[in-house]
Amino acid sequence: MLSFVIYKLILVIVVFSVSLVVAMYSTYAERKVAAFLQDRLGPNRAGPYGLLQPVADGLKMFMKEEIIPDVSNKWLFILGPCIAMLTALMTGVVIPWGGVLSIKGHSFPMQITDINIGILYLLGVVSMGVYGIMIGGWASNNKYALLGAIRASSQMISYELAMGFAIIALVMHTGTLSVREISEMQTGWHWNIIYQPLGFLIFIICAFAETNRAPFDLPECESELVGGYHTEYSSMKLGFYLFAEYINMFISSAVISTLYFGGYHIPFGAHFIHNANVLAILGSVFLFAKIFFFIFVFMWVRWTLPRFRYDQLMNLGWKILIPLSLINIAITGTIMYLTGRIH
Amino acid sequence: MLTNRSQTVAKKEMTLVERLYLPAILHGMKITVSHFFKKKVTINYPEERREFAKVYRGQHVLKRDDKGAERCTACGLCAVACPAEAITMVASERKKGEENLYREEKYASVYEINMLRCIFCGLCEDACPKEAIFLTDRIVPSTFDRGSNIYGKDILVETMEKRIDISPRQTKEVLDFKTHKEYAHNKL
Repeated sequence: MLSFVIYKLILVIVVFSVSLVVAMYSTYAERKVAAFLQDRLGPNRAGPYGLLQPVADGLKMFMKEEIIPDVSNKWLFILGPCIAMLTALMTGVVIPWGGVLSIKGHSFPMQITDINIGILYLLGVVSMGVYGIMIGGWASNNKYALLGAIRASSQMISYELAMGFAIIALVMHTGTLSVREISEMQTGWHWNIIYQPLGFLIFIICAFAETNRAPFDLPECESELVGGYHTEYSSMKLGFYLFAEYINMFISSAVISTLYFGGYHIPFGAHFIHNANVLAILGSVFLFAKIFFFIFVFMWVRWTLPRFRYDQLMNLGWKILIPLSLINIAITGTIMYLTGRIH
Repeated sequence: MLTNRSQTVAKKEMTLVERLYLPAILHGMKITVSHFFKKKVTINYPEERREFAKVYRGQHVLKRDDKGAERCTACGLCAVACPAEAITMVASERKKGEENLYREEKYASVYEINMLRCIFCGLCEDACPKEAIFLTDRIVPSTFDRGSNIYGKDILVETMEKRIDISPRQTKEVLDFKTHKEYAHNKL
């Protein structure tokens, strides 16, 4: 029992710190990618290749003066970034970060907990993420912040629907809600994207919208809303909001890789490796390679596409993605019926 | 219609592929990722410096001749030529025993260029009949106050220990022009 608790505790700490470190270096990567896509060099002064830049940024964030507006609701003002951070970190729990490690006859799956409704949990926590933004924007008592918060909540509600429908089609195909089982099914090249290309497309578009990334960064668009929901925030509370966005990006990439791109499975040559532990660790490496690729895609898209107009955003969400995802469900059902998987 | 350059604008319906928007997105992403591997235009400033044109016009220098005497005779042609009216000077007469300091009987006891007014056009250099003032490839450093941007002789006149090389600005055209016999008296 005690060893079980220790093992879970270690796993929690590892996942927690990995999320934070990846998010930290995502900020660095974002600046580098942005620079490279624009023929610049990006940060290269702090440490070799600017590798210490996130540390410097973090230090700066901590040292900044903390301002809480007089007219704000102080409790909610502090609660906002806490919720944003909390929900961002909570989603990592159900993601299988690798196969099963076996040490001295005990098996240790590299997943904090395998809830049999893991996907439902993911959707639930992700939809809670909007509270952080909404509460923060509302409590700031500032027009820009409020507008940003309103945009964020309507955007997230609109795109959650399509995301849910896309996942329903996936669940119909896999027949399970457990994230581990879904990634177990995708051995070799049997990635879900091959069976659910339309679903994947809808899912990744919604993932961009859910993480408030460009081209869906209306809640925080600098050019029109100053900073959107975090206009009034300063110091590490602002840091938490920005950080939560990067953690969300990391988790979204992890979810995309797990649900549609084979998770921790090695697409080729897996049968050459006989040591199960090596295989499990190599699987994690592959998973992270996929995750990093999708983080890159997130950034790539951000520095390519301009922001949607608000009505375009709503049109895309309600008039295109939701009907498309319903059609996707119908197609999936029809094909499953025709191939005899349901009667 | 008057200019005959009006064009009829075709506002045609977008095709299905265009309305899908995805091909356009992928095309855009292809463009941006191609820039990922292109040569970067950034110059890492303190370590690398941008290469200047040979005829770059930067901070002025008041030249001395080879014996160390100031070439400027305070004729004021540079001040007259200056479109920005950045140059002021006070002329003085050379005393006995100052022959090694000043080349001719008259010299500038005060010579000031207001670097905030100067537009670095180089007309002073063109105007100078004594080959005394030149623009160089040195950059005028920025300062925190306006006053220190008025450069006097202490900054402008070159020292004999550290003479300023102005040969890059002496292009063939300039040299040909200066071989004109009117300027023969300027030979070093």
